[in-house]
Amino acid sequence: MTSLTIPELRQKLSSGAVKAREVVDQLARRVEAVDPKLKAYLHLDVEKSRAGADQADTSLPLGGVPIAIKDVINVKGDPCTCASKILQGYVAPYDATVITKLRTAGAVLFGRTNMDEFAMGSSTENSSWGATRNPWDLDRIPGGSSGGSAAAVGGHEAFAALGTDTGGSIRQPAALCSCVGLKPTYGRVSRYGLTAFASSLDQIGTFTKTTEEAALLLEIIAGYDPLDNTSVDRFVPKYTLALHEGVKGLRLGVPKEYFIEGIDPEVEKAVRAAIDVYKSQGAEIVEVSLPHTKYAVAVYYIIATAEASANLARFDGVRYGKRASNPKDILDMYGRTRAEGFGAEVKRRIILGTYVLSSGYYDAYYNRAQKVRHMIAEDFRLAFQQCDALLTPTSPTAAFKLGERTQDPLQMYLADIFTIAVNLAGICGVSIPCGFTSNKLPIGLQIIGRKWGEETMLRVAHAYEQATPWHKEKPPL
Amino acid sequence: MADSPSESIDVTYVADLARLRLSPEEIATFQKQLGDVLGYVSQLAEVDVSHVSLLGEADLKNRLRADEVRPSLPVAEALANAPVQDNNLFVVPRIIE
Repeated sequence: MTSLTIPELRQKLSSGAVKAREVVDQLARRVEAVDPKLKAYLHLDVEKSRAGADQADTSLPLGGVPIAIKDVINVKGDPCTCASKILQGYVAPYDATVITKLRTAGAVLFGRTNMDEFAMGSSTENSSWGATRNPWDLDRIPGGSSGGSAAAVGGHEAFAALGTDTGGSIRQPAALCSCVGLKPTYGRVSRYGLTAFASSLDQIGTFTKTTEEAALLLEIIAGYDPLDNTSVDRFVPKYTLALHEGVKGLRLGVPKEYFIEGIDPEVEKAVRAAIDVYKSQGAEIVEVSLPHTKYAVAVYYIIATAEASANLARFDGVRYGKRASNPKDILDMYGRTRAEGFGAEVKRRIILGTYVLSSGYYDAYYNRAQKVRHMIAEDFRLAFQQCDALLTPTSPTAAFKLGERTQDPLQMYLADIFTIAVNLAGICGVSIPCGFTSNKLPIGLQIIGRKWGEETMLRVAHAYEQATPWHKEKPPL
Repeated sequence: MADSPSESIDVTYVADLARLRLSPEEIATFQKQLGDVLGYVSQLAEVDVSHVSLLGEADLKNRLRADEVRPSLPVAEALANAPVQDNNLFVVPRIIE
């Protein structure tokens, strides 16, 4: 049952063939069987999910459907540790807006998924509670930072999950675990109740088995929220209705800067083959240029760390979380609380972010990075004058082995080389399965849409999915 | 400000600004790792940004709301996660002698 899509599950629930409580029980059994290997969940209260299922109104759009939540989104009464020791014991006193929306749509909240600490990482190895494994090869990373959500959906121990994407943290793990990972346009989904990492880049999105489910979930979680001033008051279309029009007559751009040295030849081959599928479906393929692509990672590690250094100042041992014992004065309390509570990658980024904002360096780093960010956004604006969506690899390589990049932060950062520019430009992107390497590791195709272009982007994704078998393959668990 | 940023970083000084007490081992490791990262990001110095103005983004405008009292988190719930609390307040070490 856990391999069903949400529409298939909904049919069984609304016809009465299965009860919402049985769905939770089956899912819990699957978790019991595979999660000791995957370690995708940090926290799971099956009793609470059963109680939620008993109350679920199955006539609602997600009535009785269990959804897993990345451990960075607040759910009232649940822990929300952000995979950090500094938030050990924290219990969220309120619901994030996306959670309120899921509840209103009848969803059953099911478990908290693992992640890199405060969403900083590309492998989920930076979790304070241990690494998550890739369902396709347990010696390999699931990607990150939303690696728990990706492994749970990819390993069929969640029907769908929410994640967050600041520089690729939904799309890259989705690619590595063979899921559909959607990062909406900045401002499409409220961030109220999401623990902030980089506020000008963070966006909540979805992990699902298919594009149709991504469209369905986006319909539910999108929309203006007075509690998040960066959410935008703009009509939310019925994304599910826009999926079926095909790509005939659409112009799809292939940016030459995304097929560079260092990309795994098997990844390039699979993405080129996907482009041919679109050609055979009647899309016009056009080569485009995004000339400032090579600066995206550098810009990101200035802007994201600068914003993180400010956002993470709130973890000071005063209002929530852990406090170092017997502080001799307040500076001692701050210094030791943060030293004991944060892991290495978070410390590195706080230091880098503090440095690039510090007196004497602000113009050379932060201000300059903002200007180059503007040029990257302009590249996309010009490219979208020639095409309706862009096709690229999601990640330059398939999943790497645990431990392979932990000693070299820069190598880890380069895992996000194809996803980061989308966040910098504030536009939308989705990763869908597009094949496997000879080692049977998943490969992802990234489709990038223009700002508010989710309908066209998902329509492009759906057309490929209908023509290919990749999303139906199951991992050898 | 110079356009070619220095690639060294005084980790001890910056960690102090960030209220982060590091061990000598962490300082040594981060010094090296962040030196590599700064070396990488210094490639931005080659981009001509002279024509870019960060003012006047066309689709941005102020969004104001009425300044009125609305229901919010009850005090007990807001304090529930505090490491130390007393008399409806967060307690911190003495800061004034």
